[in-house]
Amino acid sequence: MKQENTAWFRKGIHHGTPIALGYLAVSFTLGIAAKNAGMTAWQGACASVTTVASAGEFAGFQVIAAGASYLEMAVMMLVINARYMLMSCSLSQKLDPDLPFFHRLILGWGITDEIFGVASSVPDKLNPWYNYGMMAISIPGWTLGTFVGIAVGNVLPAHAVSALSVGLYGMFLAIIIPPARKNRVIAGLVAISMLASFAMAKLPLVSGISSGMRTIILTVVIAGVAAVLFPVKEEQNAA
Amino acid sequence: MQHNIWLYLLVMAGVTYLIRVLPLTLIRKEIKNQTIRSFLYYVPYVTLAVMTFPAILEATNSMWAGLAALLVGIALAWLGGSLFQVAVAACVVVFVLELFL
Repeated sequence: MKQENTAWFRKGIHHGTPIALGYLAVSFTLGIAAKNAGMTAWQGACASVTTVASAGEFAGFQVIAAGASYLEMAVMMLVINARYMLMSCSLSQKLDPDLPFFHRLILGWGITDEIFGVASSVPDKLNPWYNYGMMAISIPGWTLGTFVGIAVGNVLPAHAVSALSVGLYGMFLAIIIPPARKNRVIAGLVAISMLASFAMAKLPLVSGISSGMRTIILTVVIAGVAAVLFPVKEEQNAA
Repeated sequence: MQHNIWLYLLVMAGVTYLIRVLPLTLIRKEIKNQTIRSFLYYVPYVTLAVMTFPAILEATNSMWAGLAALLVGIALAWLGGSLFQVAVAACVVVFVLELFL
């Protein structure tokens, strides 16, 4: 068992490396937003290591800059980070029902879009040490980037930031495309999801909805309809 | 009214942590209902697809570089490229294209 955990932890570090590089690039810009909100480098690093959410922190720093109430901060976090609740529900079904409570407490801290995505791609049950490996490399990257972003501004040229920031989307593609190749329902869902997301981002009336809210609405609607029309049979679940 | 930044950060982290940890700790058993199981099974694919497009077009300085990274990423993932390979390839495509665009 011990050896198995070590192997998963190493694998997590390996798969967490592109996450960490992407985070480093994105968190520099986050640091600049934090600086504009009047925060010190230590405060920014503290925000990043505890909250670990890109859109959530950007929004949070705006709340701080505006000097809004603590209640507004709480509501803002609830709305912008609500998608993590869906991810957490989904991940709960990948855990061994007997997994001790403290593992769940640590796993919860590290549910980011990217770590969730990679963890979902594991067939069968998820070993928490896989997530710990990813967290061990990517959360320091996220925190360090924020600190440096505040302390010295964006040290990378815009060109490099632009290139590094698509790495995270490349990872998402590597997670969703191979199952889409094997399963027609998933292929259709991926295509519909992208088209619907594009439409919602561009069409009048709905384009004002934040990207976090858009993700929640489309996930609930599309995955909900698919669950009714194409219920997954047990043996398929491991695929 | 004077606000304390540390208190803001506490609210930020506290609310976000609860959102993430409550389902993981409250849902300890396997859900038996087939529709809910199917819903949760489809969630990652839909969520990640929604978050990738059109955001990838806005992440880069040039929209065309983002589009090229998307197409190369899909093709490479289709052919069985690993997580690391697809991520690096997407970065390289953007880096090279933006030298010219």
